[in-house]
Amino acid sequence: MLKGKVALVTGAGRGIGREIALTLGKNGATVIVNYNGSKEKAEETVAAITAQGGTAEAIQCNVASFEESNQMVQDILAKYGRVDILVNNAGITKDNLIMRMTEADYDAVMDTNLKGAFHMIRHLSRTFLKQRSGRIINISSVSGVMGNAGQSNYAASKAGLIGLTKSVARELASRGICVNAVAPGFIETEMTEVLSDEVKENVKNVVPLGRMGTTQDVAELVLFLAGDKAGYITGQVLHVDGGLAM
Amino acid sequence: MLKRVKEIIEEQLNLENVDITEDTRFKEDLGVDSLDLFELVMAFEEEYGVEIPSEELEGLTTVGAVIDYMKDKGVDA
Repeated sequence: MLKGKVALVTGAGRGIGREIALTLGKNGATVIVNYNGSKEKAEETVAAITAQGGTAEAIQCNVASFEESNQMVQDILAKYGRVDILVNNAGITKDNLIMRMTEADYDAVMDTNLKGAFHMIRHLSRTFLKQRSGRIINISSVSGVMGNAGQSNYAASKAGLIGLTKSVARELASRGICVNAVAPGFIETEMTEVLSDEVKENVKNVVPLGRMGTTQDVAELVLFLAGDKAGYITGQVLHVDGGLAM
Repeated sequence: MLKRVKEIIEEQLNLENVDITEDTRFKEDLGVDSLDLFELVMAFEEEYGVEIPSEELEGLTTVGAVIDYMKDKGVDA
């Protein structure tokens, strides 16, 4: 399905990013598994992709840095010559109530989650323009759509991704480049593992489908958006949240 | 230089047999949009090994202006 395509997934060592990388790899794409701190996890992701017959490589880069992310893009282009699919998934949380949130915690979340996506799109836009094709998929969150107490920084970054998605979709549409956002709800990952049992129990009550989602639920949508069949979809925010936001 | 610049413009914009002179205006005469212009600039940069900063783009409205700009930057062709 994605044979011959090169996909770059940021933050692909763990959680949703890892599952996206595995799924794209399983479907024939050559996958660049970007990570920042999770070297071993990223190498595990690569090993899992190669074990199922795919091609993958782990590359360390802090996407919050304009220069570092440019360097990563240049290295990838030098080696593979193209990038067809960019998944901006790298994200962190530093939750706190607004009156207790430090400037550093606010900035760190914005720099990785929102500015990191800007950096990647900015550095790859030239390549996509030249190719006259490309898919950009930004992993937003239900928090960015509905807001979430204790996550003003995270929610702001994820809402920002939606504005970024729609603007870039408009800018690049005439060249056949599709840009969409995926907004997962409560998904079983290490990021949500830390939630209290009370919160997890409450999820079942507020989510119409009555359960948390899996990383596979999200990865399947990303796979679809990355493929040829999704060529008429751009500028959209697609929810994978069990009906939480509607 | 005009001859090669013409070729690049025709190639980038998929134009054939258009009359391109130094007075030709990108927007009004050739109907290029901002992305076209960006791509043209990328092609010129590649061909002539110069970097044209985004701030300079506004002034480069005609073919002649681009040629003058590159000559200013020491491109000789």
